[in-house]
Amino acid sequence: MSEPRIVPLYRLAHGRTGDKGNRSNISVIAWHPALWPLLVEQVTEARVAAQFVHRRPTKVTRHLLPNLQAMNFVLDEVLDGGVNDALNLDSHGKALAFLLLDLEIAVPQELQAHLAGRDDD
Amino acid sequence: MQPDPAPSSSPLRIGCAAGFSGDRTDAAGPVVEALIAAGGPAFLIFECLAERTLALAQLARRVDPDHGYEPLLEALLRPVLARCLAHGIRIVSNFGAANPRGAARRIAGLAAELGLAPPRIAVVEGDDLGSAEKRPLLEAALGDAAGVDGALATMVCANAYLGAEPIADALLAGAQIVVTGRVADPSLTVGPALAHHGWPRDDWDRLARATMAGHLLECGAQVSGGYYADPGYKEIPDLAHVGYPIAEIDADGHCTITKPAGSGGRIDAHTVTEQLLYEVHDPAAYLTPDVVADLSEARVIELGPNRVRLEGVRGHPRPATLKVNVFSEQGWLAEGEISYAGARAESRARLAAEVLRQRLPSLGRLRVDLIGSGSVFGDDAGTWLEALPRGGARDVRLRIAALHDDRAEAERLPREVTALYTCGPAGGGGVRTGLRQRLSTRSCFVPRGDVPARFAMLEAT
Repeated sequence: MSEPRIVPLYRLAHGRTGDKGNRSNISVIAWHPALWPLLVEQVTEARVAAQFVHRRPTKVTRHLLPNLQAMNFVLDEVLDGGVNDALNLDSHGKALAFLLLDLEIAVPQELQAHLAGRDDD
Repeated sequence: MQPDPAPSSSPLRIGCAAGFSGDRTDAAGPVVEALIAAGGPAFLIFECLAERTLALAQLARRVDPDHGYEPLLEALLRPVLARCLAHGIRIVSNFGAANPRGAARRIAGLAAELGLAPPRIAVVEGDDLGSAEKRPLLEAALGDAAGVDGALATMVCANAYLGAEPIADALLAGAQIVVTGRVADPSLTVGPALAHHGWPRDDWDRLARATMAGHLLECGAQVSGGYYADPGYKEIPDLAHVGYPIAEIDADGHCTITKPAGSGGRIDAHTVTEQLLYEVHDPAAYLTPDVVADLSEARVIELGPNRVRLEGVRGHPRPATLKVNVFSEQGWLAEGEISYAGARAESRARLAAEVLRQRLPSLGRLRVDLIGSGSVFGDDAGTWLEALPRGGARDVRLRIAALHDDRAEAERLPREVTALYTCGPAGGGGVRTGLRQRLSTRSCFVPRGDVPARFAMLEAT
């Protein structure tokens, strides 16, 4: 049996960041229903908290929406105060979905056909 | 001539032609033409009030009491006002910002200038809690934040998020145009749906469905391919001419999202799901002034090309409180940028940052970005950038930012960045600097009964 392949989350899912005050939410939406269980298993609150450790979230919450094969992460106090307070050029944190989508995911061979994008991206 | 009112069971079409203050002014035209071609009852909404926009509008009104509404108001309306009024398409927008009456008067003036019969314009009021008599209410709601760090001492504005009821009431009273200040974004859609379909105002399921229709519309093109494209992964046809969305809302509140024929963009299950979850926290409890919407069982169904239906949304009774945003003056934001390119560009940019740190110790926290190596992912404290491996980037733009209460101190940053021309590392160029007043925001909740939302018809002049 072959080893699973390690690929970035963006091969499995897409997402968008929203902000309200000092709180960020990031959706993660499976490209294919067959990939959904893998997301549930590997895109966990703990791993997302680790990916954003430098933003010092006080809380990371994952909400599952199985009908949509989507999950919604809520990250508390990760925006250095939010749109009116942060010194970041991107004070909304609009780019943060793409930090989450860099997370590495192990994909077994039988699911690799469902990956988006190409190996050389 | 107004067309005869349609029976309430017919689908209602609501087009959205702006998703923020500063959105495209040529968006409305194709939406209005699509609404006319479809026939039947229709509304046009413009969502123009992000969190910060209202505070900026309030500052503008301080300078000139006749201003303080959407600066692009006339540019947004001029291309479509006559067509909308001629075809019975009613207009609802929060482009009143800090001065809904001023906006309404400007619209009346525009209609006169265009030679149109005076439209019936309603103004929704009650969101502004900035008066002295509301001070105790805000003190109680803010708690420690009111006194300790002085949110009220330097307050610019305080506005409650109103709901759909005053909008619906204004429409039922015959308004052709409804101008609001701060209302919850989805309420711009719920108001027309409530007025048109005549639902009981505690029909939580239907209100929740209309709320999520409004949520899908409220960011304009963000549901129809805008803010979505990612080459190789998320291809969007003709993004340069992305079509703005239209929701068809049936008598049960379910919506189908579509866009003008021939427009660019794409509406499919993926574009709709991204927008459905945008700025949502707990999907089982999306709080608005009108209802608590529950998306946990929501489904998106592709009915055909650029036609997606949302189903499965449920509702729960609306919150007893309204959200209030309080904005306060909070010092001065100073920024400066300079570019380095070629061999050792990143090293030279890092040296420039170090020079600035040594020259500006009194500014406290200095935010450093090395655009081209690492910037927006990083935190203000710089821990992310510190951990980033020192690379050999050959085209780096250094950005420095700081916040200071004292304008004179803050002004030292742009001067020091400019001085890098002759005193900094080799080859720096393209200095840009900026200094602007910063606004901080706090949110609190006040009892609904303390915010008397109402509408008034603008008197004909």
